[in-house]
Order: sequence, then structure tokens, then C-alpha cells
Amino acid sequence: MKQPKDRIGCLNNFKTLIFMIKKSFVFVLLLLLGSTVWAQESVLPKVTIKTLDGKNFNTSEIYNDGKPMILSFWALWCKPCQKELDAFMDNYEEWQEETDVKIFAVSIDDARSTARVAPMAKSKGWDFEILLDANGDFKRAMNVNLIPHTFLLDGNGKIVSQHTAYFEGAEYELYEKIKKLVGK
Amino acid sequence: MRMEKLCSSMSFYVLGLLYTTNEKIRQMKRPSLLLIALLIVLGGKAQDFLNQATVNGSFQIDAQLYRSDAAIGITDSSIAGRKIGVNGYGNIIYSLGNFKAGMRYEAMLTPMLGFDPMQEGSGFPYLWASYSTDFIDVTVGNFYEQFGNGLIFRSYEEWTLGYDNSMNGMRVLLNPSKGVRLKAVYGSQRFYWQKYERNNRGLVRGVDAEFSFNEILGSLEDSPLRIIVGASAVSRYQRDADPIYKLPENVGSMAGRINIGLGNFTLMTEYAHKINDPSALNNFIYKEGHALLTSLSYAQSGFGVVLQLKRVDNMGFKSDRAYVGNALDINFIPPINRTHAYSLTGKYPYATQPNGEMGMQLQIHYKIPKGSLLGGKYGTGIALNLSQVNDIARNPIHDTILIGQPGTMGYTSDFFKMSGDIFFRDLNIEIDKRFNSKLKGIFQYMNLLYDIATIEGHAGDPVVNAHIGLVDLTYRLSSRKAVRVEAQGLFTREDKGDWAAMMVEYTIAPKWFVALSDQYNYGHPEKDQRNHYYTASAGFTRNATRLALTYGRQAEGVVCVGGVCRQVPASSGLTITLTTNF
Repeated sequence: MKQPKDRIGCLNNFKTLIFMIKKSFVFVLLLLLGSTVWAQESVLPKVTIKTLDGKNFNTSEIYNDGKPMILSFWALWCKPCQKELDAFMDNYEEWQEETDVKIFAVSIDDARSTARVAPMAKSKGWDFEILLDANGDFKRAMNVNLIPHTFLLDGNGKIVSQHTAYFEGAEYELYEKIKKLVGK
Repeated sequence: MRMEKLCSSMSFYVLGLLYTTNEKIRQMKRPSLLLIALLIVLGGKAQDFLNQATVNGSFQIDAQLYRSDAAIGITDSSIAGRKIGVNGYGNIIYSLGNFKAGMRYEAMLTPMLGFDPMQEGSGFPYLWASYSTDFIDVTVGNFYEQFGNGLIFRSYEEWTLGYDNSMNGMRVLLNPSKGVRLKAVYGSQRFYWQKYERNNRGLVRGVDAEFSFNEILGSLEDSPLRIIVGASAVSRYQRDADPIYKLPENVGSMAGRINIGLGNFTLMTEYAHKINDPSALNNFIYKEGHALLTSLSYAQSGFGVVLQLKRVDNMGFKSDRAYVGNALDINFIPPINRTHAYSLTGKYPYATQPNGEMGMQLQIHYKIPKGSLLGGKYGTGIALNLSQVNDIARNPIHDTILIGQPGTMGYTSDFFKMSGDIFFRDLNIEIDKRFNSKLKGIFQYMNLLYDIATIEGHAGDPVVNAHIGLVDLTYRLSSRKAVRVEAQGLFTREDKGDWAAMMVEYTIAPKWFVALSDQYNYGHPEKDQRNHYYTASAGFTRNATRLALTYGRQAEGVVCVGGVCRQVPASSGLTITLTTNF
């Protein structure tokens, strides 16, 4: 008996829905757009940020020849972020050999510290593509609230997974995901 | 779930419904519209059209359940009888090809302690739509933008600190050719929940241009010499309704900047000038304002050094000249000192003095190579940082006029002279060392001088001289489990005296953490104020969803626990933070 009951409930909901559709055509469109887009996988937004040289850089150029990418948001004042990037650096050579993954590290430091990013990152030997998002434009476009916030992207720039916070050893789980992505 | 599947299953569903609700449909006034909607859903083109659309967003809820705690000054009256403070945010961005629209909903009912009571309210303070191609980007509604370093214009937000000076108006960005970028903005600025109405505050208009010569002259793309120049102009219009003074209604400001790179060296300079702008902030003097920010840096693998200099004179710039609070800033004058990441090193943070200051910062990073005597097996990182900010020297413009007297030119000031009054000095050294595959540590010493009377407005309080030391050790128990111990000490005879802080954190990557911490103000000059600020916290992170609970007394400042860092106000009770992202 349960099944039909549920179906009636469902139909009733849709009758109400149809009634609402009558009221506004725009609503239909919004509903359809809304309900379909939720099912979509994300692609990277287009925002202009800076390279360490001060040149403009469009984030749609974040690309790695169809190979996976890691996009990590960090700042000079965030120790867990630096620990995460250090952990990536410790494994980077091996990860690249095995999976060709490329790491993009986006600093959200504002004008007070942008000049200090390059000397710090280079002295640490971070061999990543380092970008400056001084006014948080890319951060907002990616809905980053807390850092570290790290995205794993497939070769087309689609988000495969993301996580906030860094705990010691979390890099191993990330690497498993990268390997899965390249089919290893 | 794939788009196509969802679309087709939905269309069948709707078709099925059409039959079952036949009668209803006949009663519809505009059945043709529904048919169009169906065609859009069924049409293959529509599928492509919809396929490109994405929605993403994030939600964050910070809630605090307070208890009164007289010992640390939290009484029933300071929490105003409201036992709960909640700051909630939801951010949604919709994109379809070159079109994008977004909104942020905020509910601060009531805002958490430490936030301005003006924040109380709920609604959509951030609504926008934009169209962008490689050539043009137009945004209507609310937006954030920064010109150069922000010396004359920066609109930004920092939710966790309760700061938002978003613009409400229009913005156009143009990329007419490679290496050239032009920007134009106009609008009013957000002032908490108060809507813009004619003349209730100023309007902001601005333009900016940036030229990257190496990109303009394509042949120089790989040249070791890189030159980027930029210029901007911003003006504020605010009606003059002052009964005494005749005030400029249009206040203009201009800035120029240059960024020169040569090999591993980078020189960056920006100079800004503002016409006279008598305001409550500068006590209504008619002096012009200026700011200079310069940095010279060198970076190579294993070594980096930066020297920064700045001079600020009468450069406060708000979109309401009568307002002095922490909102409505048109520009941003960056403080050039290190932003600290631990609770006691971050206890006395510096804030720029827009009415005048001269400062410098020197930072040196060096990594002692692996295999050397001091470097050990893994190498050792050393960072040295020195910053100092003084007041500028001011001279009276006339024997009979006081320095800064309202309605006058205020004072004169020699560009290269600074006053002997030190606002802030921070000398710190940090060593970053890995001992073996399991144990690593960070060691820091900091010597601080902090003019609390000027920076925090505690008139008459003596300058704080403090020594701060800390040790942060992380031990990996297994590949996913680790223990972190943090011990800090702050030693001073001024303000609240000595502090000690301790924290133990246990993490299981990538999901769980628990932590216990205590900050003990054991050296407070008044014995009954020697408080413990103890907290217990735990949290769970799954992908981009994070839930953290903290119970206890929270001292004000930077808190880095559970793998993230946040700025928090003093509180007592239970704090819940939930954040998720999709």
C-alpha cells in the first residue's frame, strides 16, 4: 500500500507545481534552469588575478595539457596552508613523475603582503605556479571561505573534489584521488 | 548526475503529468507558454545551452551560545540578554557562458559579540550580474575592485571580521589589446544595512589603466627586464551641507605606479595624491594628502629578501566625510608589518594610521640547504622580519595656529622627516626545522613595541614592550594521525601583563580533529584578573564541509585550530561553525 500513497503525494505536489507554472512563465524557465544546473559539474570561473611578476593572469588559463591539477588557496598568515604546501612539495617530484599533476597555489594575501609572497615561496623552494589574488576575486568566484581550501581538478578544469583544512597526512588521500583520476 | 539524463527524465515526467492533469491544463490561460517551456526542455539545442550552465556556492554559519562570565567582562548586559549570536551567509553564483549572476544572503540575528551592532539585520547586500568576454567585462549591482595597491581605491570584504565596503553601481573592465587593461567604476558604498539615498553619503567614481610593456611589445615577452605601469583617478562626490566650512564637494585623488622586474629583482612603487578633504577623520583640516609605498625584493630558490618603505600623510578617504568608524573606506593603506599566525604573537596587531605614519619593513628568508651542518637531513628554514612605524613630523603653519587646528591648512610636514614617536616595532625571527620523518617544529621569538594609546585609542596607557616566544611541534604518529603541541609565552610589564598559552591538537587526516587549549593571563597586574581562557574543540571535515565546535572562553585574536585560521572576538560559551561549499 505504501507505494501508491507516495505516488499520490508526489502527484499532488506536481499539481501544485503546475498551478504555479500557470502563474508565471518565467518561473518555469527558472525552475528548469535551476533544477538542471544543480546537477552540473563545475568549471573554473574566468577572473583576472596576477602572477608573481605583476602581470595580469586570467584564471581560465589554469591548464595542464589535459592532465590533473591541484588548486590550493593559501596566505602568509596561515600556517596550516604552508604545512599543506610543504607536504605537497615533499612529494611533488614523485607525484609529477607518476601522474603529471600540476599545482597552482593562489595566495590571497592583500596589498600589505603581496610583495613578500615571492621571496617567501621561492626561499621555501615551492616549485608551484604561484598566483596572487590580492582582492579575493578568485577566492570569491570559487566560494572559498576558509583557508587552506584545495581543489582537485581534472584535465578540463572540472572540480573533482575539494577540501578545507589541512591535517598531517591528508596529502596521501589526495594523491590516491589523483591516481584514480589518471587511471593508475 | 549528467545533465541529459536529468533533462530527459524530467521531460517525461512533465509529459506524464500533462496527461494526468489534462483538465487543469485546459483551464490554463496561456497553454502556449507551457508548450514553449516544454520545447526548450526537449530541444537538443536547449540541452547544449543548459549544459554550459553551472551553479556553485557556499554557506557558512557561525553561532555562539553565550554564558555570562563576569571574570572576563561578559555580563548579561554586554550580551544584552540575547543568549545566542548567529552570523549566517549564503553565496550563490550562477554562470551560463559569458553571463554570470550572483548573490550573497546575510543573516546576523543577532550578530556575534565583537561585531558592530549596526550589522544586525538580514537581506541580500550583494547582488550582481555580469557579462564578460576576453575584450569586455561589465558588472551591474554590487562588486569588489582594487586599483593598484588600493592606495586610492579598494572595495573588499572580510566576512569573518565583519568588514564589507562593496560598491553598488557599475563596473566596466576592458582589455583593448594584449598587455593593456582599463577599468572604470562608479557607485555608492555599502554602509551596513543602510540603503543609499540621495545625499545620505557620497558617490565614488574611478578609472584605472595598466600597461604591461613586455606584453604590448610581444618581442620582449621573455626579456629579463619587465615593466608594468599603471595610473588611476578616483573622485568622491558628497554634498556640502556644513554650516561653518565651505567643503569641496568633489574630492579627487590620483595615483601612479610602476613595477620593474630585472631577473630576480622586483621594484614596485606607488604614489598617491588627494586634494584637500576636510573630514571628521582629519579634524577638518584643508591639507592635501599623499601616500607612498615602495618595495624592493629579490627572490631565488632558497633565498628571498624584501625591503618595504611607506609614508602616509592625511590619506584617510571615506565616502562620508562625517564618519570615523570602521566602514565606508574608499581606499586601503596597507600596514606593512608581518601578520602573525599564533594567538600571542598576534595579540597586538598593528593598524595603519591614515592621518600620518612612516614605516619600513625588512624580511629575509633563507633555507639552509639539506645535508649541511645546520641544515641537517631536511634543510632548515630561517625567516627574519623587522618592521617599524613612526609618526610623521608636523610643524605649525603659523605661530598663532595650532597643529591640526580645524579649518586651517593643518600643518606642514617634511617628506623625508619622521617624528621620534614610534607607533609600532616588531623584530621577529622564525626557524622552521624538520628533525626526522616524524617530528618537525617551528620556533619563533618576537620583540614588540606597541603604542596602545594611539593604535587602540587607550589614551594615557603606556607603550607596551613585550617579548614573545613560541614553539610549535608536530609529531606524526602514523601516516594519517598526528599530534601538535603549541607553547607560547608573552612577557610584558604593561597592559595586561604576562601571558602563557598552551595547546594540544590531535588530528586524523583528512577528517577529524580534537584540541585542548588554555591561555593564562598569569601576570595581570590585578590579581583577580588573572584569568584562564580554556577551550575544548572538536571538528569534522568532509570534503568542503566543515563542522567545528568550541567550548570555553575564547580570548580575542587569531585562532588557528583544526587546520584553519580565523580572527575571533573574546567570548565565553559554545561556538559552532559550519561551512560548506558546492
